[in-house]
Amino acid sequence: MVRRSREPVLWAMFSGGGMIAALLLPATVAVLWIAAPLGWVEAPSYEGLRLLFLHPIGRLSLFAVATLSFFHWAHRFRYTVYDGLQLYHLSQLIAILTYSIAVALTVIAGFVLVTTG
Amino acid sequence: MAKALNAGYKRHYPKWHRERVPIFWWLRSASYVKFMFRELTSLFVAYAAGLLLVQAWVLGQGAAAHARLLNWLSHPAVVTWHVILLATLLFHTVTWLNLTPQALVLRLGRWRVPKTVVWAGHYAAWLVLSLVIVCLFVGVA
Repeated sequence: MVRRSREPVLWAMFSGGGMIAALLLPATVAVLWIAAPLGWVEAPSYEGLRLLFLHPIGRLSLFAVATLSFFHWAHRFRYTVYDGLQLYHLSQLIAILTYSIAVALTVIAGFVLVTTG
Repeated sequence: MAKALNAGYKRHYPKWHRERVPIFWWLRSASYVKFMFRELTSLFVAYAAGLLLVQAWVLGQGAAAHARLLNWLSHPAVVTWHVILLATLLFHTVTWLNLTPQALVLRLGRWRVPKTVVWAGHYAAWLVLSLVIVCLFVGVA
């Protein structure tokens, strides 16, 4: 029997993360961490941000954005490290390390978003 | 005899000739540098996702904790770093969306949606979603 490859699943997560990051992150960073601190727009209130971040829909969206972004990083970084630094002999180790970090970050994201009050 | 003891035994084991490529091969051409930079934008994507989680966690710790985070966020060095972050994320977005016509083949019946339509559709989605995000954050000011 042919063993099924995990590669399509990892690729789908890489690609989902790339798309979600491309569409959502620039505007978020621009407003939340540049325009608001510089006073270009009225800063979101504490209660308002709590509502956006900690409403169940907000938590679920954040979890999706975070998890997919971490797997996007893991996939790209994995190939960059062994293509870029010519470490073909370490390909398995690099894959295990990068995806393990993504899994760990996903667990942390889940823990934070479930337990934060 | 040798075959019986070791099935993988080959008398003349082939050893391929592989040219040694220097570690900085990607500095040879501007398009390789752009490729490497595009791949490394993923670090910035992960950082942004991580900081969003940190902010969610701090929001749960109370108004005083969040005020401390806002104080850090408005430090000039942090704002400068986040401008670099934004520039990198925009590079990710543009390179990503420009590849969508190659990655996505849309068919309606026998008609293939033209590449320019796929491309423009993604940019339109980016614009709309960005406006929604801006309205959400400014709306809760």
